[in-house]
Amino acid sequence: MQTWKRMWARNGVGYLFLAPWLLGLFTLSAIPMGASLYLSFTEYDMFTSPEWSGLDNYVSMFGDDKWRNSLQVTLTYVFLGVPLQLLFALFIALLLNRGIRGVRIYRAIYYVPSLFGGSVAIALLWRQLFGREGLVNTMLGAIGIEGKNWIASPDTAIYTLIILLIWQFGAPMVIFLAGLKQVPTELYEASTIDGAGKWRQFRSITLPLITPVLFFNLVMQIISAFQAFTPAYIISGGSGGPLDSTLFYTLYLYQKGFTHFQMGYASALAWFLLVAIAFFTALIFATSKKWVYYQE
Amino acid sequence: MKAVKIGSGRLRLSWIHIIISLAGLIMIYPLLWLVSSSFKPALEIFNSTSFWPKTVTLEHYLQGWAGLSGVSFGQFFGNTFFLVGMCMLGNVIACSMAAYAFARLDFSLRNIWFAIMLVTMMLPFHVTVIPQYILFNKLDWVNTYWPLILPKFLAVEGFFIFLIVQFIRSIPRDLDEAVKMDGGGPIKLYLYLIVPLSLPALITTMIFTFIWTWNDFFGQLLYISEIELYTVALGLRMFLDAMGQNNWGALFAMSTLSLIPLFVVFIFFQRYLIEGITTGGLKG
Repeated sequence: MQTWKRMWARNGVGYLFLAPWLLGLFTLSAIPMGASLYLSFTEYDMFTSPEWSGLDNYVSMFGDDKWRNSLQVTLTYVFLGVPLQLLFALFIALLLNRGIRGVRIYRAIYYVPSLFGGSVAIALLWRQLFGREGLVNTMLGAIGIEGKNWIASPDTAIYTLIILLIWQFGAPMVIFLAGLKQVPTELYEASTIDGAGKWRQFRSITLPLITPVLFFNLVMQIISAFQAFTPAYIISGGSGGPLDSTLFYTLYLYQKGFTHFQMGYASALAWFLLVAIAFFTALIFATSKKWVYYQE
Repeated sequence: MKAVKIGSGRLRLSWIHIIISLAGLIMIYPLLWLVSSSFKPALEIFNSTSFWPKTVTLEHYLQGWAGLSGVSFGQFFGNTFFLVGMCMLGNVIACSMAAYAFARLDFSLRNIWFAIMLVTMMLPFHVTVIPQYILFNKLDWVNTYWPLILPKFLAVEGFFIFLIVQFIRSIPRDLDEAVKMDGGGPIKLYLYLIVPLSLPALITTMIFTFIWTWNDFFGQLLYISEIELYTVALGLRMFLDAMGQNNWGALFAMSTLSLIPLFVVFIFFQRYLIEGITTGGLKG
C-alpha cells in the first residue's frame, strides 16, 4: 500500500498530464506501426482476415515495374527539387540580408507561396498554368515560342511538380535569414581589413557559419518531399499519369492501399518508405561531420 | 573618395532591390493572375493576355458558390471551419498538457518518453495510416470527422509538444515557486501560470494547426466521401472532376476563396508564423 501511494505521489500528476499523449502514442502510433509491419507480411483486403505470406510482398515489390518507377519519380523529385529549392532560398536570403530597406515586406512576399503551396487550390492553378492554353504558354507565345501541354507530356510533367516545390522556397529562406542574422558582423569587418573580397567572405565566413542551418533545412525538406502527395494527386487526377510520370511513391501507396485494397502490399510499401527516409537521413547525418561546422 | 563609395554602395543596393522585387513579382504573379482571372468572363480568361479584366464579372463566384449536387460551397466552408476549430482545440489542450509534463513535472521514464516523442516526429505517417484506417473503419467512424479530430486530442503531432516544451523551459522557475508558496499544486501551476505565460507558443500551435488542417488533403480524401461532409479541399477536387477543363472560371473563383482564410491568418499572425518556423522548424 505504502509503495503504491509513494509511486502515485511521485508519478501521478506527471502521467495525468501525459495521459492523452500516451494514449495516442499506443493506439495511433505504436500499435498501428506494429500492425502495419505485421500486415506487410500478409495478404489483406480488409474483407477477409489477413493471410500470412512471408516475404512475398517485399519480393514482388522489387519485381514491380510500377513500384520501381514510382521510386524513381520520387527520387528525381526529392533530389532535384530540394537542392534547387534550397539554392534559391539561400540566394534570396543572402540578398535580403544585406541591410536593405523593406526586408519584412520582401520576406512576406516570398513566404506566401510556402503558405499556399500544399493546398488543392494551388495544385489546380498549376494544372492550368502549365496546360496547353495555360499562362506559361501564353507568355512563351508572346516571345514567339510555341509551348506544349507540359502537364500532359510524360517527359515534362514531373518538372512542373519540381517547379512547384522550388516555388515554395520561402519557408527554408526564413530559416536561412534567421541563421544569417547570427553571423557576427565583426568577422566581416575584420576580413575586409584583411582585404578579402565578397566571394571570399561568403566562402570562408558566411557559408561555414550557416552550415548547421543548411543541414537542418536539408533534412527537413527531404523528409517532407518524400511524403508529397497532394500536387501529384491533383495534377494527374489521382492517376499519377501521364504514363506514370508523376506517380509519386505516396500516390502509388494510396492506390494500392485504398483503391485496390491490397493493404498488405501497401504496408510493405510504407515500411520501405520508412527505411528509405531513414537511410537518406542517416546518410546526411553521417556526412555532416565533414561539412557542418559547429561553433565552440 | 568617401562620397563615391557611398554612391556605388547605393547603386549596388538598388540593383539588389530590382532583382528581388522582380523575382518576387514572378513568384506571386501566378497568384495575382488566379485572382484576376476569377473575375474575368469565361472567354477572356484564355483569349486575353491582359492582366486586368476588361469586364469584371461575379458570375464565377455565384456559379461556384452554388456548388454541386445541391450542396453549396458555403457548406464546405462551414465544414472546414468546424474541422479546423476542433483540431486547433485538440492540439492546444493535449500538446500543452504533454509539454507541461515534459518541461516541468518530474516522473519516472520521463526522458525515455521524451526521446520516443522526438522519434515519432520523424516518422512518415504512412506506416500508421493503414492500421489507423482499419481501426476507424471498425469503429464505424469513416465518413465522420472523428478520424481527423481525435488524433489532435491525443497529441500525435510531436512538433507542437516540442515547440511548447522549448517555450515553457524559458519561463523562469522563480515564478513556479511563487505559485507553490501560495499553496498551489501542479494543476494550479499549469492553469494559472504555464498556460497564460506560454500563450505565444499556444498561438503558434493554433496557427500552424489551422494552416495544416486547411491544406490537408490526404486525410480528408481518405475518410470523407459523403458530399454533405466535404471540406473545401474535397469540394475543389470534386469541382475539377465534375467540370474538368470546361469551367476554369468557377474553379478559380472557389480556389481564390479557399486561399483567403490562409491569407488572413498570415496577415494577422505573421510574427507567430515566423517564430514557429525559426524556433520549431515547423514547415510553412
